[in-house]
Amino acid sequence: MELQDKLLSSYVAFENHVDVNSDVHEIRSEALQNFEKVGFPSRKLEAWKYTSLNSVLKQDYSLFPSKVEAIELADVKKYFIHEIDAYKIVFINGKYSSFLSQTTHEHYDVCLMSSALTNPKYKAVIDKYFNKIAKQDNLTSLNTAFATEGAYINIPKNTEVKKPIQILNFTTGSQEATMLQPRNLIVVGENAQVQIIERHQSLTANPVLSNVVTEVFADKAANVDYYKIQNDETTASLVDNTYIEQQSNSVVSVHTFSFGGNITRNNLNFYQKGEHIDSILKGITIIEGKQHVDHHTLVHHIEPNCESHQDYKGIFNERSTGVFNGKVIVEKEAQKTNAYQQNNNVLISDKATINAKPQLEIFADDVKCSHGCTIGQLDEDALFYMQQRGIPKKEGKALLMYAFANTVLESVKIPEVKQRITKLIAKKLGVNLGFDL
Amino acid sequence: MLKIENLKAEIDGKAILKGLNIEVKAGEVHAIMGPNGAGKSTLANVIAGKEEYEVTEGSIELNDEDISELAPEERAHNGVFLSFQYPVEIPGVSVTNFIKTAINETRKAKGLEDMPAKDMLKMIREKSELLEIDRKFLGRSLNEGFSGGEKKRNEIFQMAMLEPKLAILDETDSGLDIDALRIVANGVNKLKSKDNAVIVITHYQRLLDYIVPDFVHVLHDGKIVKTGDASLALELEAKGYDWIKELA
Repeated sequence: MELQDKLLSSYVAFENHVDVNSDVHEIRSEALQNFEKVGFPSRKLEAWKYTSLNSVLKQDYSLFPSKVEAIELADVKKYFIHEIDAYKIVFINGKYSSFLSQTTHEHYDVCLMSSALTNPKYKAVIDKYFNKIAKQDNLTSLNTAFATEGAYINIPKNTEVKKPIQILNFTTGSQEATMLQPRNLIVVGENAQVQIIERHQSLTANPVLSNVVTEVFADKAANVDYYKIQNDETTASLVDNTYIEQQSNSVVSVHTFSFGGNITRNNLNFYQKGEHIDSILKGITIIEGKQHVDHHTLVHHIEPNCESHQDYKGIFNERSTGVFNGKVIVEKEAQKTNAYQQNNNVLISDKATINAKPQLEIFADDVKCSHGCTIGQLDEDALFYMQQRGIPKKEGKALLMYAFANTVLESVKIPEVKQRITKLIAKKLGVNLGFDL
Repeated sequence: MLKIENLKAEIDGKAILKGLNIEVKAGEVHAIMGPNGAGKSTLANVIAGKEEYEVTEGSIELNDEDISELAPEERAHNGVFLSFQYPVEIPGVSVTNFIKTAINETRKAKGLEDMPAKDMLKMIREKSELLEIDRKFLGRSLNEGFSGGEKKRNEIFQMAMLEPKLAILDETDSGLDIDALRIVANGVNKLKSKDNAVIVITHYQRLLDYIVPDFVHVLHDGKIVKTGDASLALELEAKGYDWIKELA
């Protein structure tokens, strides 16, 4: 059976099993109808021109893992930023693992979507925010129809979350192929602050397809610092759909580190609903083999006096392929917008490909919008310069690539994350950098 | 120290050096002058081992060892230093981290352990004082946004840190104001010893007021056409290069 048919036919049983009386029921049903209508994205769609899911959709995925599986902390510790004290929301095959998690309700809610969707205590928040900015498109609709679990984070006004929150999704490969639909909701109140680290990790070579939807609401003057670490098995594919709504004076930054996986698609959408907002989108992609990473970003400038900063760096080796599609819309009312977009790519091999497309739609006349896109090889003159100073070619190349990616690391605010990413970069490039970072 | 015999080199099939001879002994300072396009920078790059240039004939010996087949980094490990005419900008790597990497890679090539951090810091402090370099400057990305003078001073700072046997200064005076020129020349003079040698490549005589050469060579059309003492530089300054072209 085709995956789409399998999903559609399993829906009734699924919906009966969850809770048909909940308010979410209607949202789900609508989403399913939409998915039934549009189906999985094909390359005929402009937004999917360079990313084909065909090979991924052929797998016979298990859709509903039955029970919680135990994994030892020692086996997965390395996937956490374990050097720091943090809240942890951990899922194994889509099911919550209380053993590996550390949640709280004390000053704020760092807990589970499953309880938020069913416990009346959270009804007001769910009514106000759930599925309010998620797009009614193919894969997001699919996620909405089947969403039961994920992270639920609600930070009340004037509250600073003192330690980062890590969201981890593990798959154990107990099923031959696993499809997951994690759903996260993050509500950050006025003048509140939070840092989040998200990671999806397969623990075996069995195929995985994660179709994640995350909605983030940043109220006035809120500050959200979000890190996505994507360094998965080459049999694991990820579609990350993230939707962020910002109110006046809020600052939201998302760093996406894409170092591996089969097919990785990031749909990162920012909607600016107030003035003096800052949206920061940064990414480093370093891949090889036949890996594929696609960044589709959208920044929608709706009100005046806002800023957005995009900086994406890509290093592509062997037969890997990359896509960067950065769309910036500046509405007529959004005067004095300052939108900056930079996308630089290095192709190390003749067989690697990058498709880069900046898309600017500007309807206001008093704005500063800049975009730059480069695709190149490593600078031979710089390599010679380094060799002349005694740095061998291989180390020189690594140093150049590190330097190339470094502008993105400068804005990482959690030192341990910065250190971890630096180490991952050094490992990817196959060298030891000769200095402490 | 350095012995070059009948050196012929080309780039993209175009002959630039056409049978060049020069010998530089330890403790000496040689100046190489000549009009634009004579092959001055090519000579510097060929000695340093830039791959775009093909050596078609002749030899380059450093301390009796032929280095013409060595990779650029191996020549550097053997003590060759080239101060670039146009130092490359490397955003994202600080001056300090770059020089640390360069020193430790050189030590690694010689089978030595990394230089202890304490010694490294001490050396950086001493050498940056010698070249009147602000400490803040060392934390900046290598050459990024540096003025012409800062770039050249940074080159000589790296030279001071790496302590080469043979230093080639390629148009180090270009883009320098008189104060920066004095600081750079002063740095070079302090680093000079009986065990190392310096080749100064310059278009103008100005730098040679500060770094006084033992020999001045005139390069024209890929060959050295005249050699003299420091007074030759003054003569060139007064008369220009046209009479040299007639010599060839």
